[in-house]
Amino acid sequence: MNRDEVKAALLQEIGNIAPEADLSKLDPAADFREELDIDSIGFLNLVIALAERLKVPIPEKDYGRLRTVDSAIGYLAAEGQRT
Amino acid sequence: MGLFRMPSLGADMEAGTLVEWLKKAGDKVASGDTIAVVETQKGAIEIETFEAGVIERLMTEVGQTVPVGTPLAMIRVQGEKALPEPQLAPARAVPAPAAPSAPAPVRPVAVTRLAAGEIKASPAARKFAAEHGLDLAGIDGTGPEGAVLFVDVEAALRRGAPAAGAAAAAEPKKPSGLEGMRAAIAAAMARSKREIPHYYLGHAADITASLEWLAARNADRPPADRLLYGALLLKAVATALGQFPEFNGFYRDGRFEPSKSIHVGMAVALRGGGLVAPAIHDTDRLPLDRLMGQMRDLANRVRAGRFRSSEMADPTVTLTSLGERGADWVMPVIYPPQVAILGAGTPTAEPWVVEGRVVARQVCHLTLGADHRVSDGHRGALLLRAIADLLRSPEQL
Repeated sequence: MNRDEVKAALLQEIGNIAPEADLSKLDPAADFREELDIDSIGFLNLVIALAERLKVPIPEKDYGRLRTVDSAIGYLAAEGQRT
Repeated sequence: MGLFRMPSLGADMEAGTLVEWLKKAGDKVASGDTIAVVETQKGAIEIETFEAGVIERLMTEVGQTVPVGTPLAMIRVQGEKALPEPQLAPARAVPAPAAPSAPAPVRPVAVTRLAAGEIKASPAARKFAAEHGLDLAGIDGTGPEGAVLFVDVEAALRRGAPAAGAAAAAEPKKPSGLEGMRAAIAAAMARSKREIPHYYLGHAADITASLEWLAARNADRPPADRLLYGALLLKAVATALGQFPEFNGFYRDGRFEPSKSIHVGMAVALRGGGLVAPAIHDTDRLPLDRLMGQMRDLANRVRAGRFRSSEMADPTVTLTSLGERGADWVMPVIYPPQVAILGAGTPTAEPWVVEGRVVARQVCHLTLGADHRVSDGHRGALLLRAIADLLRSPEQL
């Protein structure tokens, strides 16, 4: 999967967790959990959805790399290549 | 013959709107089956029966708003004969409030649009609108986050129907879902502060061992099998409460009724405002994996605006956990007729003294709001210490 495809998947799954959010206004360098008020259960739901969809295991120790949209795309695209 | 009635889903509920029958006359039902969907200020709630038998007769029509206690259906218990004649007067609808002079216009509601361009609506509303060829986009939603509810479709139909007279068209606009929920929370909390002599206690718990245990346990598991700290906390609270019955139950008619079961209500904040605290049944007896699954399921259903009547009606105590991005501690307000509420602040690293030396530990500030008519501070302090002890030895949970 290339970066654009990863980005589309990521934004769609974030949209499922925060359906009322206008993702076009989301700063890709901002902490999206803070911006969108996503709690721990919402974030776990997001990780479950992304892991299944992108076939990336996303261990807990890597959660920090999913902090912003930009960092998450970089991480998921790289991890997707490895698996 | 048993009567299936409009249940009270909280101290603040006076009436509910029947939006869907999930069973029909002649259907067999078992205790615990969901047989109808009712819309309240808290959203759509699936109502369960606690009677087993055959549905003899449905007594309330879809769309009717009826007071709590109104018979909705008659259930013939096994062994009884079918009734030849109805014996009860049909349900009375709650009279509509006085109508304003001008009809409310049907406006498009932009805020209810989802990212995919889909309109938020309850399943019953979606079905009802489709049956009448109505576009959900043109209907004002009064549910959570502006979701279109059954009653909204009904109101739009009345306004839009060409044959409807001026009186029918002049349907007053109901308060929005959020305003309704705010009113419900206000009623319950005002009653709590008026009637319950609260006392409050706080205790800082060292949860380093819990977080390390979780990290090790989750390390080799796929995301769907991982546990959150919230599940450990819920289990610790429920387990500790087993030794402190005076914090688990209801204060009704001037006396305390302890509950044998421990159904911890989990306060869930809704996106866009408001909160509900539905119960996780027999919290103390669930293994952690199942408890986590139920927490996730409940939180997801609550946010989709769909939960069951028993979950709303019977929490025996409540836990309000501020999560990972909240405040350090909370002084929680009891949800009547319960007699206690536990609070848990956001875990943070803090200086902590261990064997005379200051070290950094992960700390969670536990608080208790409890009813002085039923318990005293000494026992409350022991309860908080018992919870903290369990969080220090998570392998016990």
